[in-house]
Amino acid sequence: MQLVVISGKGGTGKTTIASSFAYLSDSDLIKIDCDVDASNLHLMFDGEDIEKSDFYGAKAAEILSDKCINCNKCIETCRFGAIRFINGRTLIEPLKCEGCGACVLVCEEKAITLDHEITGTTLITKTQNGLISRAEMIPGAEGSGKLVTKVRQNANIIGSNKESDYIIDGSPGVGCAVMASITGCDYCVIVTEPTQSGFEDFKRIYELTTYFGVKGFAIINKYDINPLISDQIKKFCSDVNMPVIGKIPFDKLVGESINAGCPIVSYEQSIAGQSIIKIWNEFKNRTGE
Amino acid sequence: MEIVVLSGKGGTGKTTVATNLAQVLNMNYIDCDVEEPNGHIFLKPTIEKQIDVEILNPVIDKDKCTLCGKCAEACQFNALATVPTGVMLFKELCHGCGACMIACLQGAITEVGRSIGIVSVGNTDGISFMSGKLNIKEPMGGPIISKLKEISKFDDHKLLDSSPGTSCSVVKTLDGADYALLVTEPTKFGLHDLKLAVALVKEMGISHGIIVNRNIEGNSMIQDYCESENIDLIGEIPFSRKAAELYSQGLLLIDNPEYKMIFETIGTKLIKEASRRSSDAISGN
Repeated sequence: MQLVVISGKGGTGKTTIASSFAYLSDSDLIKIDCDVDASNLHLMFDGEDIEKSDFYGAKAAEILSDKCINCNKCIETCRFGAIRFINGRTLIEPLKCEGCGACVLVCEEKAITLDHEITGTTLITKTQNGLISRAEMIPGAEGSGKLVTKVRQNANIIGSNKESDYIIDGSPGVGCAVMASITGCDYCVIVTEPTQSGFEDFKRIYELTTYFGVKGFAIINKYDINPLISDQIKKFCSDVNMPVIGKIPFDKLVGESINAGCPIVSYEQSIAGQSIIKIWNEFKNRTGE
Repeated sequence: MEIVVLSGKGGTGKTTVATNLAQVLNMNYIDCDVEEPNGHIFLKPTIEKQIDVEILNPVIDKDKCTLCGKCAEACQFNALATVPTGVMLFKELCHGCGACMIACLQGAITEVGRSIGIVSVGNTDGISFMSGKLNIKEPMGGPIISKLKEISKFDDHKLLDSSPGTSCSVVKTLDGADYALLVTEPTKFGLHDLKLAVALVKEMGISHGIIVNRNIEGNSMIQDYCESENIDLIGEIPFSRKAAELYSQGLLLIDNPEYKMIFETIGTKLIKEASRRSSDAISGN
């Protein structure tokens, strides 16, 4: 069983829910943090990094200044504005280079090389609640989708001796990193909030999940902030036949639990925690997992 | 003055800060969070025109193609594959770089635009409004951000609302900015992701300052970080359920007098710091 927690809009509570599910589930279940450029899941568990490796996820061009004759051909060819002539030299701006290699093809002096570059570090973190496969992307790096795929492959490697189950903490948005997180999953849980922004973003991420044929469930977090929009979200879900498997009330303890580095479900007195426990059971009942 | 509002972590209040500040500072607003644009909900603009954003995809002339495989070899994004019946294009993977066309010795490749999203241009309450929206199922928002920047390049008084994270979309939004305003919240997640965003703006050499949203008395983790890293603290927005409710309804916080004062104070400090930092940068200090 592979479950991905996503949201469209950021900050609706993905990691709060994913860390709670991770806490409630069997420790054999592998956790994957696919939010590679803002990874937070590991902050909720005491753990130790047991594996760490560089990931070469993109290519970048570089100019050999001793061979370059400043002919400008590369500058004219680059569609990303990554090559500039500054102070008598032709230079590539690494953060703008997409690694396409078009400049290499037009350079008659063979003065440009295209090499693999490190876009992040992948890690396996061992916690009391099982293993987390995660990554730290270098800020500004290209190819976050590839890093997501690598983090999922690493989880497959550590879970290879059995029919592995995964919980994936996804990233906000609907772009490449999110698509790489959803593809191949059995289920997705969309965490939304009853705000106009949350609802609008929910519809976009819902549409994306339908393309991937992933069975979806919705959770409305902080539902009592705006009961009217909560009802509109429920109506939308009912129209598209997506079960709402729970509502979570606004609870100030959630912020405190994040700062304490403990999943909210470990707080017995938390009303949000109690709701998430119910939601996890509901998810298991509905999927038979 | 071109100011980018970004955050690292999602949902910390980028759009709240950018839309309210655009109004109090009378600056034009550009929504660069093309995967999930929300600025229009709060600014309620009148849209005057919409522009299709296209990227160039290769078209292979079967009569000229010799199936030599050079195009697929040149493509760094695996968007082309040579099969016995022809060359296949996986269009969503194509960055529109043109390398395949350069590599093709037969002249069998031309290009055609393919729509990946739209840019909307309009105005609201005396300021201009722009936003980009990526089509669902398209992975790359970069070309839409580039389009927004291209059509606003002569506008020298603007606030750009970035997407969360620190990936290539954020880099594209930050490119050429005078100042970066980082919005965070006083949680472990907020601080962790703030540090990544700070690393990015430092790498790009962009002056920056921080706003603490949902500030709580007695929790000074972000203020302490600003002090230890010597980063300007531009302002604090107090934690309140009232703000969350106004936000949920799609209302600007400045419609409430108490928040109007907070944003005016933040706006004044922002312009002062951003002007000072960018003139420092020009004079090389």
